[in-house]
Amino acid sequence: MEHVTAVVELLYQFGVNSMAGRASTELESSFFSGAEVEFLAEDDMVVIVPSLRMDTLHLICGDFGPFMPQVPASVPLWLGIAMKKRGKCRLRAPEWMSVENLTQVLELERESSQEFQPLPFHYVEVSRLLLDNARDDLVDVYMVQTLIEDIRNVRFHKVQTGLQTLSGKTHAVKLKNLGAMEVSLIRPFFVKALEKFYVHDNEELVQPSQGETDTPLASVDRHPRRVLRPR
Amino acid sequence: MDDAGPSARRGGNSIPVDDATGAYGASGFVDSLDGLGTEEVASDVVLLRRVWQNEKCAPEILPYDASLVERVREQVQLMEENIEAFATEIKDDLMLSLYRMDVNRTLFLLRSYLRARLSKIERHPIHIIDNQELWDRLSEQEQEYTNKYCEVLAKHFEQTVLIRLPEQYGSMLKQTSLASEENDMITQPQLNTFVCCRSRGAIGSFQLDDKGDESVDLMTNDLYILRYKPIRRLLETDQIELI
Repeated sequence: MEHVTAVVELLYQFGVNSMAGRASTELESSFFSGAEVEFLAEDDMVVIVPSLRMDTLHLICGDFGPFMPQVPASVPLWLGIAMKKRGKCRLRAPEWMSVENLTQVLELERESSQEFQPLPFHYVEVSRLLLDNARDDLVDVYMVQTLIEDIRNVRFHKVQTGLQTLSGKTHAVKLKNLGAMEVSLIRPFFVKALEKFYVHDNEELVQPSQGETDTPLASVDRHPRRVLRPR
Repeated sequence: MDDAGPSARRGGNSIPVDDATGAYGASGFVDSLDGLGTEEVASDVVLLRRVWQNEKCAPEILPYDASLVERVREQVQLMEENIEAFATEIKDDLMLSLYRMDVNRTLFLLRSYLRARLSKIERHPIHIIDNQELWDRLSEQEQEYTNKYCEVLAKHFEQTVLIRLPEQYGSMLKQTSLASEENDMITQPQLNTFVCCRSRGAIGSFQLDDKGDESVDLMTNDLYILRYKPIRRLLETDQIELI
């Protein structure tokens, strides 16, 4: 009989291992990769100043144009960058990317330790894409770059301090004014932590172990639960 | 889907191949488009984007949006045909490459959406087959895939492991046939996981548990990390979107 238990245990571990493997792929597929977040940001609108004549583009994602030389037109970022790469237009930085606005945002961001300033949801990606692809079209490039970097750092510091307030009682986390990149940065940790807190606080959800044939994993699973309970 | 009309028509109108008079083959029908008011309705791409994001984020498989996928497919196919004809007719590399990029972006969304669903099916195939509600959420092709996948999986387990075990451990659905009355070895998605969601309208106070001591105020565009299970209903009725 002992022999059989060993086999079952081995099987169980095998199952657990493959499940753990699955869990990690599950994580990967259910969270957006950096590239996917950037893909989403490329749908944000941007103003371009074309240098050529071109008829209206009837794309699946919408109609854009007609384009006339020196007449500003609003297009999705990916379209603007594609045209820019071929030297067919200049990109215009959005208003929030001005030195004045960013300076103000940074100041306010530093003043309040809790709140985040409203910025476009994709501000990190959009500014990065513009700085990478249209450097020569922007004014005060270095200043803008530094300011955005500083804003990101200040905000991320706040996010990190916010992590400490997570507890078993947390049932909702409000992410007011948080950007897409910031969300994807914190998501893996937040979700896992909250999930664990939730499970440990609702013990009926913890799978009852199978009588005497306790598997090693089940006990490993139970150990941190005790430690985590301060009350 | 009330937005099917204009979007489908717009897709159908793109780059008319037969229009020999249009300078770039695209100017002949601009006038006819102006009256459609495509601004008010969300385009199919926007809808697909949302469906894709929801599917990627939700732990369980969501209802398959057959008509949306069908519409997008048609538009992509039409666009591809038109691009081909357009390429031989007029040589404008810039426009062509922009049209191609647009098609590729749409195709990426479509593929990623279908793949996200397949990976969920592969993760919990038996759970989905067992559950009528989930089963009905699949497309015909997905149902066929799930059936075949389960068959292959069962065969694989049988041949590699189960056949070598004592009889009572020979089922891939039960821990032992002696102790387990029900199928207790079927993995299920963790519905108590947390997701990041944005409310699409002012929903107001929303209860997160049965006891009523946990609730949130959901205002338009609010961003929250919430437990998936209580907000499922809001997702079904399209009041929130997952991000």
